[in-house]
Amino acid sequence: MAKVPKPNELVIEHGFPQTGWMDTPAVFRPGNFSYPGKAKNLQALGLPNPREWSPLDEDWKLPSNWKQIILEGMRERLDKFRSFKIFMDICVRCGACADKCHFYLGSGDPKNMPVLRAELLRSVYRKDFSLAGRIMGKMVGARDLTEDVLKEWFMYFFQCTECRRCSLFCPYGIDTAEVTMMGRELLNLVGLNIDWVVGPAANCFNNGNHLGIQPHAFKDMIEFFVDEIEAVNGIRCEPTFNRKGAEVLFITPSGDVFADPGTYTLMGYLMLFHQIGLDYTWSTYASEGGNFGMFTSHEVMKRLNSKMYAEAKRLGVKYIIGGECGHMWRVINQYMDTMNGPADFLEVPVSPMTGTRFDNAATTKMIHIVEFTADLIKNGKLKLDPSRNDHLVTTYHDSCNPARGMGFFEEPRYVIKNVCNNFHEMPPNTIREQTFCCGSGSGLNNDEFMEMRMRGGLPRANAVRHVHDLHGVNTLATICAIDRAVLTALMDYWVPDVTVYGVHELVANALVMDGETERTTDLRGEPLPGMEEDSENEDV
Amino acid sequence: MAIEQYLLKHKKSLAGQWFDLLTGTYPLETVRLLKKETNQFANPVGHAFLTAIDEILDEFLGQNSAEAMWPLLDKVIRIRAIQEFSPSSSLVFIFDLKMLARGVLEEELAGGLIDHGELSDFDRKVEALALLAFDVYMRCRENLFEVRMTELKNRTNRLLKLVGNE
Repeated sequence: MAKVPKPNELVIEHGFPQTGWMDTPAVFRPGNFSYPGKAKNLQALGLPNPREWSPLDEDWKLPSNWKQIILEGMRERLDKFRSFKIFMDICVRCGACADKCHFYLGSGDPKNMPVLRAELLRSVYRKDFSLAGRIMGKMVGARDLTEDVLKEWFMYFFQCTECRRCSLFCPYGIDTAEVTMMGRELLNLVGLNIDWVVGPAANCFNNGNHLGIQPHAFKDMIEFFVDEIEAVNGIRCEPTFNRKGAEVLFITPSGDVFADPGTYTLMGYLMLFHQIGLDYTWSTYASEGGNFGMFTSHEVMKRLNSKMYAEAKRLGVKYIIGGECGHMWRVINQYMDTMNGPADFLEVPVSPMTGTRFDNAATTKMIHIVEFTADLIKNGKLKLDPSRNDHLVTTYHDSCNPARGMGFFEEPRYVIKNVCNNFHEMPPNTIREQTFCCGSGSGLNNDEFMEMRMRGGLPRANAVRHVHDLHGVNTLATICAIDRAVLTALMDYWVPDVTVYGVHELVANALVMDGETERTTDLRGEPLPGMEEDSENEDV
Repeated sequence: MAIEQYLLKHKKSLAGQWFDLLTGTYPLETVRLLKKETNQFANPVGHAFLTAIDEILDEFLGQNSAEAMWPLLDKVIRIRAIQEFSPSSSLVFIFDLKMLARGVLEEELAGGLIDHGELSDFDRKVEALALLAFDVYMRCRENLFEVRMTELKNRTNRLLKLVGNE
């Protein structure tokens, strides 16, 4: 039972502690941390120190030589990754990044300032890897690595979504997301990780996708969507699975296979590919576009990335098209080439419908479905009726990774404007390269973290509310599976009149397919504009 | 002249001090951001507080209808309900109004323009506002858990449909 305070103890705390950051320890309580990685998932990935533990316990069951492991791990990575060493050395603490983090803006907690989050690690670096720090200690911002420091790392490196908005404003170009990635790698060395990251990574390693869907269930689910589409427009799509010799391998995040509203986006892919007659196949083994290895360590990221290419090789396809996903594209564009590439056994993607050659994917051999579709529209290969989306007043959320990780700004907007008549941008300092994160990326999209997610997503929701109030926006379109799931929750809390859509769901609504029956509803079963009566009659 | 009229005369000072107290519940580094940054998208919390405080005061010193007050309180409380505050710390800013009113009305009180009865009535009005704020706070927290529950349901919704369970 909770301790009942005596009358003289009934003092209302007005707010945050006003102590300096080094003297303010991280306090864990239910709701402000993600559940720790389960032993079975660590074992599946061969990660160290598998055990059951809780951040609420005093004893985190660390190995007895944990400090040595962390410091040696740090030394190894400083030697291996010059970027990490530079990021540790060159920050002048100018503060340009400080107020750019969505978690800081939403929480007001200074340890969410990117400079301070990095400083959690940098202070230990100074103490153990610099002469000044060894001699002068706290005077030069150095401190010993203690268990409390480690706990603080666990709290704050899992309160960063690796979105990289802060790095955009750094005059030195420090990629603070990579500092977080290094912080997480080091934590992993002593078995400190969260289950929402290592669980999906283990599932992907074992079964090919984050949700652990087995091949037969994956196939059943896609076929279930085929039935759903047929009920909407009478067209029966005919997807194939693990088909050798197909021209294209299509890979999308597995979240879209089960989680609404991503499921409708997946139906959009099926409809588009059927309409244009693309020679493509799904794989039930490489059935995941996302890569939660990126949130674990570079080794796990590499392992999970390699399976997509191994499957492309096995099936003998020419190239890969990837679905609407976020961090998948960061891995492909930023890390794939030096991890597993170049994919010489594949061909530079050429659209069979338009002949367009995607030289931007010359080494990765993998293109984003939105650029593929934008090219189809640009070349007049699709018959579209945007009035079918007239009940939607749309805005577009740039997902952090395609936006900042690959400069993908125009294609999604081009597609949306061709399939929707009503589109309004959010304010300039909240979109494109300055886009605000959903607040739930990098494995933080678990339900136990909901309160923190609402903090992290506050700046994004604030901008959506602005266009909702100004233009009546009721639709938030995005091209990331995590976004589709988590922005739905974010809108439910902050701007409940706004619904989240994938871009290819909007495409599918507008797509006029050969031989289709008269459409009365959209993919969600909602009546199309002007069809309200017809769909009511059908319901009867 | 009613106490509300006197307070309206001092509204600018009252709003400024209330905003200072509200932002003062955050760490020093954050106070600077909340008070200085004027772009509403670069400083969403500070901007929301600043505009909401003004609107809350207008309503409180004017019609003071619970219906109109709810969305105004919600602008502040929805934010504080998901930040690192205890429920009591989240709402303590409402009670600050009592102290602030006494401060800005110092001259009127000393000059006998406002009597103790009026001041007591005003205190009770602040307490009623605090109770309304408590309702708003609870609604936000309930909403938070509804959001969590809905997300969990969405996650398996399709699976249940597939096996014909829905």
